[in-house]
Amino acid sequence: MDILQTILILTAAFLAVFGEATFPVLPRWLGAQVDLLPVLMVYAALNLDFIAVSLLAVLGGLWFDALSANPLGISILPLYVVGFLIHLRRDLILRELSFAQLVLGTVASAVVPVLSVLLLLTAGKQPLLGWGSIWQWIVMTAGGAAATPLVFALFNWCNHALGYQPRTETSFRPDREIRRGRL
Amino acid sequence: MFRKRQYIALGVVTLLVLLILSLPPRVASHLKLAVGSLFLPLFGLAGTTQQLPADLADSVLPRRELLQQIDRLRHTNEAFQVQTLQAAALARENDQLHSLLNWQQQAPWKLRLANVIMRDPANWWQTVQINLGSRDGIQTNLPVLTAEGLVGRVSAVGYTRSQVVLIGDPNCRISVIVENPAHDMGIIGASGPLDTSLVDLTYLSGRASLKSGQNVFTSGLGGVFPKGIPVGQVVDSRPVEFGLYTEARVKLSVDLGALDQVWVLLNPQLN
Repeated sequence: MDILQTILILTAAFLAVFGEATFPVLPRWLGAQVDLLPVLMVYAALNLDFIAVSLLAVLGGLWFDALSANPLGISILPLYVVGFLIHLRRDLILRELSFAQLVLGTVASAVVPVLSVLLLLTAGKQPLLGWGSIWQWIVMTAGGAAATPLVFALFNWCNHALGYQPRTETSFRPDREIRRGRL
Repeated sequence: MFRKRQYIALGVVTLLVLLILSLPPRVASHLKLAVGSLFLPLFGLAGTTQQLPADLADSVLPRRELLQQIDRLRHTNEAFQVQTLQAAALARENDQLHSLLNWQQQAPWKLRLANVIMRDPANWWQTVQINLGSRDGIQTNLPVLTAEGLVGRVSAVGYTRSQVVLIGDPNCRISVIVENPAHDMGIIGASGPLDTSLVDLTYLSGRASLKSGQNVFTSGLGGVFPKGIPVGQVVDSRPVEFGLYTEARVKLSVDLGALDQVWVLLNPQLN
């Protein structure tokens, strides 16, 4: 378990939830708030172990629900399901490619709100839904998709700046040196 | 082996979610407020940061303009004082008439100013959080308003902050009366997810004669909101169910997207 990366991703989730609740700039312009937790989950599922994925789903979901009118804990499962499925297939995904990141960000940002609303309806709650919800879903999906490569670049930079970098060995070996001289 | 651990983690997380969701509402509410209180230091920081540009702008405002503003405010204040005197005289007269008829006398409203510190991060709820809690005497179901009209009601109370469910959220239904000769009554329901300034007015009788521009006030029924708080104006109406009922759309008096400060009514006197 990479503790530094886990702490980084949990801190990012905490700040993302706080930012979504405190700075409603996007809702004023576009009518919908973009959720960054699915994006962070894509990064965690591709680059971290399943403990970090579980921690992100549980803590991120709890933080989100604590600031929202959602019942506490309802956001955990949608996040975890997405993270779990990506984590299971992580070896088959070309995670370094921006296009792959974009596609995964799109899928995660589209699936998580739908699952959350379905869970809310199953729990007997009455969320605010209508034809405008489709526009909100598109904004959330597009926003999440656009943010995914940026989040990957940001975390790669953070890991490079803060993490331990193994020293690269040169191919030069003194015992293999070809010495030329007088024969 | 590796896959097995993953499936165990999935099972543990699912069990944890089921456990949290099945908590008694009171325990879940307390747990929610406890988790939310982790953000309190950041709320203070954000408030200071948002205040900084306004403070900077104030510091560079010319003295002449400030004096002009003070002068204008002084005049407005004097006008309000005269109006208050008149209102006090009317209130006294009203109280005397109430006592003559043995009606219950109306106590003046006790209001408490609150700052809106955050909005709901989920797109499918219309709630905000304010910086007053149980330590300030806030209780659930207290009405919240601005000078323009009704905003919503307190839905959950923590020690230092409370959640306010806004008009237009499906969990905030309000009994209202339309200012027209028939005094038509109905229920304010949900708004659309995008345009939160328009809400549905339902349960109107089939003979309701609504016209665009008629004012809508709280009716005082329902046990939460006192009578006479402005809610909005009728935009349009249409018959439904072959004329059995009437539905209307109401434009809210308050711009819910630009709430910074609100008043909590601490002693709602219900009829």
